[in-house]
Amino acid sequence: MPSGVIHDIGYQRYTGPRLGRGYASRSLYLHGLRTAFGLGRSAKAKIFPWATAGLAVVVATVLTAIRAQAGRPLVSYADFPSMIALLTTLFCAAAAPELVSRDLRGGVLPLYFSRPLRRSDYALAKLGALVTAVWLMLAGPLVLMLVGGVFSVHGAGAVGKEIVHFLPGLAQAAFYAAVYGSLSLLVASLAGRRAVAAAVVVAVFIVTTPIVGVIAVIGGPTAQKLAFLASPTTVVQGVGTWLFGVAGPEVRPYGPVYGLAMVVLLAACLLLLLARYRRVAR
Amino acid sequence: MTLITTERLTKRYPNGVVALSDLTVSVEPGIVGLVGANGAGKSTLIKILLGLLPPTAGGVRVLGLDPTTDGEQVRARVGYMPEHDCLPPDLVAAEFVTHMGRMSGLPRATARERASEALRHVGLYEERYRQIGGYSTGMKQRVKLAQALVHDPDLLLLDEPTNGLDPAGRDAMLALVQRIGTEFGISVVVCSHLLGEVERICDSLVAIDGGRLLRSDRIAAMTTATDVLTVEVAEGTNRLAARLAALGVRADPEGRCLLIPLGEDAVYDLVLDAIADLDLPLHRLDQRRHRVAELFRTEDVHA
Repeated sequence: MPSGVIHDIGYQRYTGPRLGRGYASRSLYLHGLRTAFGLGRSAKAKIFPWATAGLAVVVATVLTAIRAQAGRPLVSYADFPSMIALLTTLFCAAAAPELVSRDLRGGVLPLYFSRPLRRSDYALAKLGALVTAVWLMLAGPLVLMLVGGVFSVHGAGAVGKEIVHFLPGLAQAAFYAAVYGSLSLLVASLAGRRAVAAAVVVAVFIVTTPIVGVIAVIGGPTAQKLAFLASPTTVVQGVGTWLFGVAGPEVRPYGPVYGLAMVVLLAACLLLLLARYRRVAR
Repeated sequence: MTLITTERLTKRYPNGVVALSDLTVSVEPGIVGLVGANGAGKSTLIKILLGLLPPTAGGVRVLGLDPTTDGEQVRARVGYMPEHDCLPPDLVAAEFVTHMGRMSGLPRATARERASEALRHVGLYEERYRQIGGYSTGMKQRVKLAQALVHDPDLLLLDEPTNGLDPAGRDAMLALVQRIGTEFGISVVVCSHLLGEVERICDSLVAIDGGRLLRSDRIAAMTTATDVLTVEVAEGTNRLAARLAALGVRADPEGRCLLIPLGEDAVYDLVLDAIADLDLPLHRLDQRRHRVAELFRTEDVHA
């Protein structure tokens, strides 16, 4: 008998565990998180997320170096996310269509919905993946800045203070991640073509900014302080100013209005996204 | 256990279209052909079986479960292959099928293993590390089948699995479906608008038209005793019919031919002898299985 025989063992029935909806949702979330950074995709899909994330790291490195030279921080941790808001926009414009437009265009959704997963599970897993990805893209450079900061101060007390300054940075990054992630995923879920989705995502963030400028110029004192509600970018900035004293628009005493606006914006995005996936056929 | 039962199942869409009306059918495990013209209600029925669409009225059970209330459990044990394109072109087949396996609840390592197995069983092994976008239509159909098979379902719902395939591809796909139904021991529902195609591989057939049940039966019951002998003679058709009648053999004239039901082997010899005795010029002697299509046609006439 020859030694190298291939045995066709035929079809094997599966008797092992079948994990439920929760497991499927978590797997989809992790899969989405990888997809947002182009992992498990072609090299082409990695270019944009890593280019924007890389630029954010470069900015953080430069800021850390300047701080080491100047001896005091040029930009606070909480200010950093506002500083690279444009990079965040570009990251979302690349990642959101990758996460949802591709499934729409390929007609993959029926394959998901014919499995234990529910339509809302799909939407929430994708949303969670994008928000986490954006947060990581912001938190990574922040951690780098923290490491640089810790090495440039002396004494345990100073290090503790540094960390206290760092936490608002993470929180502000989370606000940006939530707003940018929700809005861009909602926009992308309406377009099957990735290029179109990416363009519209950028437009939503860029085009609304001049409106803020117009209101700020022609409005009265109150209108000027509320003008920043007109664009999602400046809403998050306003919240940062209110809570963490981020440099930017003067919103006092309307800080809580900005906080409320952000919550309403997030809730609206979430509800619209769920509504979208309740209806979408393929 | 019955595979699928429906009880006066009715689906009326909000726009007034009645996709299914009063459909009562019971199907045993095996390979089931679900045939009907486009728009007959096949896809609606599949969506109801998967629990994705609530019926307007009536009851339905799949694998002993009610998909309207236990949709999740039903979907965990059913594999679905849609009719249309449903594959992301820039993913590698092995990775895509693995991902779909995890979506069905397979642990990570198991999903990878079973994805390879499923792709091998559908005949993609060497090619499974290539991007789906570069596949031929036939290969894409196989990936679609593999993703439905990856979690080892108890029931496969295949919506027009031979769509877009050339004749050789159709035969290969049907052979594969037949293997899944027999060797793998997985029940299969094959939707098709081509009756001739599915009748070859099915154990039973459900035919629907305009949302109504035309007929549901085992193939064996539909085709037994329906073999017919078609005899065409250049002249003397009536004489032959008279001779056969005298011998006690039924012969129905159809056009210039005589159709003779073949009950037992002896009939065949009797017919041949009769023709020889009468010295008739024989044009055609054709034994064929009564196509199931003809059964439906006669059903239609009677209805």
